[in-house]
Amino acid sequence: MNRAALSMTVLPDNPALSARIAIHDVAAICDPLGALYLPDHDVLVVSDLHLEKGSAFARRGMMLPPYDTLATLKILEAVIARHDPKTVISLGDNFHDRIGSTFMPEPFRLMIEAMARGREWIWINGNHDPDGTTRLPGSAMDELHHAGLTFRHEPSAGSAKGEIAGHLHPSATVVRREKKIRRACFASDGHRLVMPAFGVTTGGLDLRHKAMTGLFDRQTLVAHMLGQDRVYSVRFANLLG
Amino acid sequence: MPKPFLRWFAEKGWHPRAHQLELLSRVQGGESMLLIAPTGAGKTLAGFLPSLVSLTERGKPPPGSAFTGIHTLYISPLKALAVDIERNLMKPVGDMGLPIRVENRTGDTPASKRQRQKLNPPDILLTTPEQVALLIANGEAERFFKDLKYVVLDELHSLVTSKRGHLLSLGLSRLRRLAPGLQMIGLSATVADPMDLQRWLAPQTPDEDHHAGLITVSGGAKPDISILRTEERVPWSGHSARYAIPDIYAALKEKQTTLLFVNTRSQAERLFQDLWTINDDNLPIALHHGSLDVGQRRRVEAAMAENRLRAVVATSTLDLGIDWGDVDMVIHVGAPKGASRLAQRIGRANHRMDEPSRAILVPANRFEVMECQAALDANYIGAQDTPPVGKGSLDVLAQHVLGMACAAPFDPLLLYDEISSASPYAHLTWETFERIVDFVATGGYALRSYERYAKIRKTADGTWRVSNPQVAQQYRLNVGTIIESPMLNVRFVKANAKGSIGRGGPARGGMALGKVEEYFLEMLTPGDTFLFSGKVLRFEGIRENECLVSQGYKLDPKVPSYNGGKFPLSTYLAEQVRRMLADPAQHAALPDQVRDWLALQRDLSMLPKEDELLIETFPRGSRHFMVAYAFEGRLAHQTLGMLLTRRLDRMGLKPLGFVATDYALAIWALDDMGEAFSRGKPSLGDLFDEDMLGDDLEAWLNESFLLKRTFRNCAVIAGLIDLRHPGKEKNGRQVTVSADLIYDVLRSHEPDHILMEATRNDAATGLLDIQRLGDMLARIKGHIVHRPLERISPLAVPVMLEIGKEPVGGQAQDFLLAEAADDLLSEAMANP
Repeated sequence: MNRAALSMTVLPDNPALSARIAIHDVAAICDPLGALYLPDHDVLVVSDLHLEKGSAFARRGMMLPPYDTLATLKILEAVIARHDPKTVISLGDNFHDRIGSTFMPEPFRLMIEAMARGREWIWINGNHDPDGTTRLPGSAMDELHHAGLTFRHEPSAGSAKGEIAGHLHPSATVVRREKKIRRACFASDGHRLVMPAFGVTTGGLDLRHKAMTGLFDRQTLVAHMLGQDRVYSVRFANLLG
Repeated sequence: MPKPFLRWFAEKGWHPRAHQLELLSRVQGGESMLLIAPTGAGKTLAGFLPSLVSLTERGKPPPGSAFTGIHTLYISPLKALAVDIERNLMKPVGDMGLPIRVENRTGDTPASKRQRQKLNPPDILLTTPEQVALLIANGEAERFFKDLKYVVLDELHSLVTSKRGHLLSLGLSRLRRLAPGLQMIGLSATVADPMDLQRWLAPQTPDEDHHAGLITVSGGAKPDISILRTEERVPWSGHSARYAIPDIYAALKEKQTTLLFVNTRSQAERLFQDLWTINDDNLPIALHHGSLDVGQRRRVEAAMAENRLRAVVATSTLDLGIDWGDVDMVIHVGAPKGASRLAQRIGRANHRMDEPSRAILVPANRFEVMECQAALDANYIGAQDTPPVGKGSLDVLAQHVLGMACAAPFDPLLLYDEISSASPYAHLTWETFERIVDFVATGGYALRSYERYAKIRKTADGTWRVSNPQVAQQYRLNVGTIIESPMLNVRFVKANAKGSIGRGGPARGGMALGKVEEYFLEMLTPGDTFLFSGKVLRFEGIRENECLVSQGYKLDPKVPSYNGGKFPLSTYLAEQVRRMLADPAQHAALPDQVRDWLALQRDLSMLPKEDELLIETFPRGSRHFMVAYAFEGRLAHQTLGMLLTRRLDRMGLKPLGFVATDYALAIWALDDMGEAFSRGKPSLGDLFDEDMLGDDLEAWLNESFLLKRTFRNCAVIAGLIDLRHPGKEKNGRQVTVSADLIYDVLRSHEPDHILMEATRNDAATGLLDIQRLGDMLARIKGHIVHRPLERISPLAVPVMLEIGKEPVGGQAQDFLLAEAADDLLSEAMANP
């Protein structure tokens, strides 16, 4: 099921079939809805929401459907309800462009306020939205050091121990019996993790793309791929069967 | 006819033909006309005679007179044809010294020349449908077209049935408004329903039927067609016709120039390679298909025109009427799939209508033997199966509405009247028109959040105008209806000593070979080999917009599995094949192998009657099979297969998969379907009931990737997604990804959106062929015959050989992911 349709269904609040991993010795759970939960610190991480992408295009003359923000926020609501975290970190490209948060319609604003109530909310700035957010709860910053990890939007060059980043929208392709299946994934070699894009109208970039080179130790790189209702962990070397 | 014309005909030793004179006088009498004539009948000259005469009588406008717009517009489906016609037309104009300026205008015409044409228009402008759309969307259109008298439409039969034809019909409705009294002259090959085209050429009104006049020139000498007789064994299935290569080679050695037609580009590549493998005489044999580099195609065409080639292997790119020199034989490899298509392709051999064209049909498998026989019979009786014009698509309408706003502010009531005067849009309702205008303005969403970004706006006087000049600029960049699937350039590079192309090394500057669909390349991993441009190539990788390849040394490559150019079997031919199957008397004309095969089928199972649907069921391996011989073409069978497996699944018979060919559909399951049918649980009548086109279809469409592909094209044509922006072109991959995501969002949140409606309409007639499936289900009601068998029947062999080639979907995808994850698990358990 695609993410847009997913947002229309009643999402279960029971613990789904997640992948339990560790990044730089911090325990983490890859949720199949595309969020990372750190149980020891009660932190939920999402990345690349690209809210208001439709209207960003409409401003430039392409009238894409105006339903993407609502769909993304519904999935976000579900995953927050599932883990009830103390802290929510949104890892950048929270909005598709600089003025997205300024022009966001009121109902969506109220949804975010309700989600953020009683929690700490952190907006990491991304390349699409480097100026932070307007009239929204939480604080905006370029980078955050917390729980022994570093949270930033763009992965730093080379290997970086304990880094959680987004930006690349990683996806992986599994080849079995001459069939190919491509899914968004969490990509981690145990030292750093790159988050899948959370927004419903975001595409993916294959792990073998040159933009990914040098970021991971490919010997230990695992793609935690988002399946229908569980996460499938496939070692990089194993993707092509 | 003025004197210079009479003298010119006399000097050439010619007489004006009857149809040329009739066309001239009826056009002079004020009628719009359709001329249907075979190749070589002097169609082009006939089409231009009224213009040439009228322009000669008018004379050159005296210097200093007011601006004179173009007099005649000639529209052809191919750029190359427009250029070719200029050459042919200049001959009589030059010979007679007529005071007429003829120029062409295509996508290749330099900007300076186009600008000059606007300021100082030629008398006759030769162009393509896309250029017409651009010209009428220009602010100067009114002035440019005010003196237009005639529009000459060449190869009309091939223009009208596509979205391109829909856009053109809308363009003509605008031209009629700009130049009242405008007359159309349509030139066409033989079609099934001429009235369809006659109506297309005339402005429609709600109360009355209007149509152009008709002149039919009956077709010259009967072609001499035969089916290849061979000592070789004709295979059960497949499309390569490899068994016949030595016979084909022998046949073309006997002739001066042969055109070899195939249905797909991959077949063309394969045939070309196979012929060269045995080309001991080194005959000049060339390859021509739509994916090849333009330069390479032009070289082949030039060599052809100069009679330097002995044979060309070609796809439908050579179907249309350019003069290719002295072709004396056509060999059609694989069944032609349609009677009209065959007739037009055979017409490529021999441009003199009084001599018979020669053609050989080479069936690729045993069913195709029957199909070739049916096509041959159809040719002798002159049967035609060109598709009807059809209803105009909504995405094209959206593009046109924006174009009209770019030309000048429009009054919606007037524009509606104008649009519904085009025959494909004669049934357009005002309500749908309003929704389209709303879509063009703000995307037409129920959630009205884009008003402030509107592309066109209603002004105080009730007219709609573009919001800003960028909208018009964007429109001009993206006009047209030909949406190719994403393609990458194929570039030839040399591998270095280590066998790699290195980074930034010699990768640049190699020869461009053409373009290949991106989805095909996505299936390859570096080192794979494939056949393209007549060479075995080794796939090296993708760099930006290019696919890098090097020389491949394997002899047995992976063949490009292009879907492009696959035609479904026409309804007419399918009917003929069913009739042939049912009537043993007709088997006598078939080769022994095929006759024996059918006799065996009759003994071991049965041959269905013409109006019957035969269903065979039998066990094989650990599976139970059911084969339905529906003869409705691969697309309709595929749709039927999807729907039947859903139903069988619901009935608990555990279907596992299906495969469709042009002739039959095979479904396999874990449970014994034959036994279930025999007990009437379910009955075959229930299983094949037309109600499957209701909820089952809806449910399936919602999961189908086919619909996504259709949506992408609609979204691009309708202007929801622009392929081109000033200064850059979106690459195919980006468009596909975002179109898929947009589709998902729209389907979930506004499934009744006008673009979803446009997509479903397209799918019904296009990729899914639902229309045809519906007709078939109605036809077979009460005529289903079930034959439970112990083992596979002779007739089932071809479709059974196709099993294993179809993609997986839905649940199966997650199953394969789980399998990959389990690999990791077992690996982990093996290495503690």
